[in-house]
Amino acid sequence: MSNLQEIGASGEHYVAQYVEKNGGKILDRNWRIKEGEVDIVAKENGVLLFIEVKTRTSEKFGHPLEAIDSKKALRLQRLALAWISLHGTWGSDYRIDCAAVLLGKGANVEIDYRRGVL
Amino acid sequence: MTLAKVGSIALMGLNGHLIEVEVDISDGLPGYTLLGLPDAALSESRERVRSALINSGAPWPNKRVTVSLSPAWLPKSGSSFDLPIAIALMIAQGLAPTMDLNNTIFLGELSLDGSIRGVRGVLPALLAASTKGISRAIIPANNFSESQGIEQMHSIPLSTLREVMEYLTDAIIPTPPFIDSQSDTAFGLDLNEVVGQPKARFALEIAAIGAHHLLFIGPPGTGKTMLAERIPSILPPLTPEQALEVRAVHSVAGLLDNQHASQTVPPFIAPHHTTTAVTMVGGGVHMIRPGACSLAHEGVLFIDEAPECRTGVLDALRQPLEAGHVTIARTAGTITYPAKFLLVLAANPCPCGKYSGRGRSCTCSALAIRRYLQKLSGPLLDRIDIRTFVETPSRTEMAGSELGESSQVVRDRVIVARGAAAARFIEDEWSINSRIPASALRHRFRASKEGMAFLHNELENERVSARGFHKVMRLAWSVADSKGHLIPSKDDVEVAFALREGAALFQ
Repeated sequence: MSNLQEIGASGEHYVAQYVEKNGGKILDRNWRIKEGEVDIVAKENGVLLFIEVKTRTSEKFGHPLEAIDSKKALRLQRLALAWISLHGTWGSDYRIDCAAVLLGKGANVEIDYRRGVL
Repeated sequence: MTLAKVGSIALMGLNGHLIEVEVDISDGLPGYTLLGLPDAALSESRERVRSALINSGAPWPNKRVTVSLSPAWLPKSGSSFDLPIAIALMIAQGLAPTMDLNNTIFLGELSLDGSIRGVRGVLPALLAASTKGISRAIIPANNFSESQGIEQMHSIPLSTLREVMEYLTDAIIPTPPFIDSQSDTAFGLDLNEVVGQPKARFALEIAAIGAHHLLFIGPPGTGKTMLAERIPSILPPLTPEQALEVRAVHSVAGLLDNQHASQTVPPFIAPHHTTTAVTMVGGGVHMIRPGACSLAHEGVLFIDEAPECRTGVLDALRQPLEAGHVTIARTAGTITYPAKFLLVLAANPCPCGKYSGRGRSCTCSALAIRRYLQKLSGPLLDRIDIRTFVETPSRTEMAGSELGESSQVVRDRVIVARGAAAARFIEDEWSINSRIPASALRHRFRASKEGMAFLHNELENERVSARGFHKVMRLAWSVADSKGHLIPSKDDVEVAFALREGAALFQ
């Protein structure tokens, strides 16, 4: 595992913890099809959550969530529908969330979790 | 607080609309949406505002930012909304205290380093704001001179975003830039530099008295341009109201300096003869700019080499000449600019320019000579009251060493004559001779009996048209005013006739 992948994986780990702490149940991690990947799929109060996680070690290159442009947003939307159709859960409520994780020095972790961004 | 509102002004020509700049910061992906029909310059505000905020030590919200400029239907252009957007963003983030900004507007473009740049149209924006009950304006320090002389408006000139923050939190106002409160009365040119030309000088004086439009015909190098350039120096100084109107137009065009609080010398605008109809009367796609004829409002519009102008350019002036204003319609809206100017045209007598006097060195064919001045259309020439030849000064005139009459002397006479005219028209809507309506000419402002008889004779002999008849009468009143006559005498009418028809052999 490269260093960058490690950073990404640990960011997703922190977000999964955060979701569970808030009463969510993790259904899938790194669900991947040809189209792309959903970092976390979870269920909270009957609503499916599709979560995109962006992890950075500094804000030098702007806010992590600025990396999500309209193209990426559309792909997230398509992936969510793909997950729903493959799992046969048509008709369920779903939401797309984004989380920015900032890994500071030491054990300092900041999570900026935004609900229903798309 | 995630919602903030700040006031600003959007200009449509000289009319200002009060704009509410609303900013909403909500959760969501970082983004910036600008609503309210912005043009390209305004859409780019995002990058300027962002860098200016960060470089002034304020944070940029990494959230969903929605900026709305209402009323939404009004197309908005230009960079003057940068400052109000930045202020609203700071208030929405809870940074600047919400001191009562209800009666305050903000104008200014932001530079990336956080300094505030000057913008166009501050003067008309402030005038509009003051009529809408706004009492305080934060404006760029570079535009401070434009805020002088506007009543009931407290204008605060600031030059950086930091200064605005300090003002909003602690009411600190830095020393404003120095403005010369004296009017700019200096006009570099003086009529005493013109050698000879008694006829043309007289024509100039009559034109100044009655605001009669003027056509100079003469070979190159005889002083047509020199004479025309000196007309502002013999016109009466602008009244404060006129000066404000002139400055408002120049402010929209971005032509004001920041040194003088007012200017009393009438403007002199000389567009090149290759100019287009749009630059002449005004126009443009996003922002409808005033044209040369509006910039010359209350002053002189001088077109050298008039027959060389492209077809249609001079004729575009016919409507403003008649109405005293221009109305321009574009997708951005319909706008009216004032355009009361004194038109001065200069032309060579023929393509080679030498057909005057005995015309011996002229190389043009008779046909070319006839065609040349026909490029000035009949309807346009008809609106020009005075047509005069400018001849090469004579040997004795060039040899003499004394200066001609100075502008000051001529101007004093013009002011006296205009005063006499204004007293005569005290109960009328007009105050200068060139604007007497034809009906009033026939009933109330007839020339002396002998003068009228002379004119009727000329009419009968087909040497003057019915319209020319009235033009000559208006000119005759200006001649009479210049000589202190109470009513135009036969002599005055004859002089006026010569001024109008003197160069008639070319038509």
